Amino acid sequence: MLGSLTSLDSMFEEFRRMSDQMDELFGRGTQPPAIRSVARGTFPPINMGATPDGITLYLFAAGLDPKTVELNIQRNLLTVAGERKINASPTATYYRQERFGGVFRRVIALPEDVDPEGVEARYRDGILQITARRRESAKPRQISVQ
Amino acid sequence: MTDKREVASRDSTEVEATEREPGVVMVPPADVFEDADGITLQLDMPGVARDRLNLQTDKNSLLIEGTAQLDMPQGMAALYADVRSTFYRRSFVLSDELQTDKTEANLKDGILTVRIPKRAEVRSRRIEVRGD
Repeated sequence: MLGSLTSLDSMFEEFRRMSDQMDELFGRGTQPPAIRSVARGTFPPINMGATPDGITLYLFAAGLDPKTVELNIQRNLLTVAGERKINASPTATYYRQERFGGVFRRVIALPEDVDPEGVEARYRDGILQITARRRESAKPRQISVQ
Repeated sequence: MTDKREVASRDSTEVEATEREPGVVMVPPADVFEDADGITLQLDMPGVARDRLNLQTDKNSLLIEGTAQLDMPQGMAALYADVRSTFYRRSFVLSDELQTDKTEANLKDGILTVRIPKRAEVRSRRIEVRGD
């Protein structure tokens, strides 16, 4: 079960702990990976977090033009597609070309209870942040004991 | 002697953030290329704002550090993570024909561009090949 977290540091502690577990899972675990999981190094890298109200996705995609990013949701499957243009200089000598350039498409399976109508996205400092609301009926409710 | 050059002035909390020993350091991917007038570096550092970037050069080295800031709601729990840290660091050894005191940097949409010009006397000259 996932604990609740308050600060950014502990949040990343949690992300780290989890990715270590995932590595273990992919590396020498016996459980097969989820059908839509991708290999490490796929562009753009993604972090996903959950609160009782919704899901937040962070896509680490520097240098995008937000107007050209295509975002679609079908039920709980979110597709992000776009192109990252790297304007390589034709006359320069390249020593390293490590940055990703070209078209990309990632499909992310969100939890089943997200509301496809309640998805918002914004782009700042190279991070595309997507928030998806949970359906009202799926939110945890306090049940009072009579 | 280190020549400290910042893209923006830093406040005290940030100094703490960069000087604290970070748990996991991310090495930002870089393109490095050279033309007749100088060397250009481009690094992907998504999430880093200008005031969270630290750039230092001295005669023969370049250090790039940055901290990504994510807008996270209170009480968020992790579901999936490709990125394990918010701290970027990368350094390069430079050569002495580069004028590090004329380094220019620009940060836009998470891409850092650093331009280091070459000294005028070492800029390449085109040598004409003559035929008979």
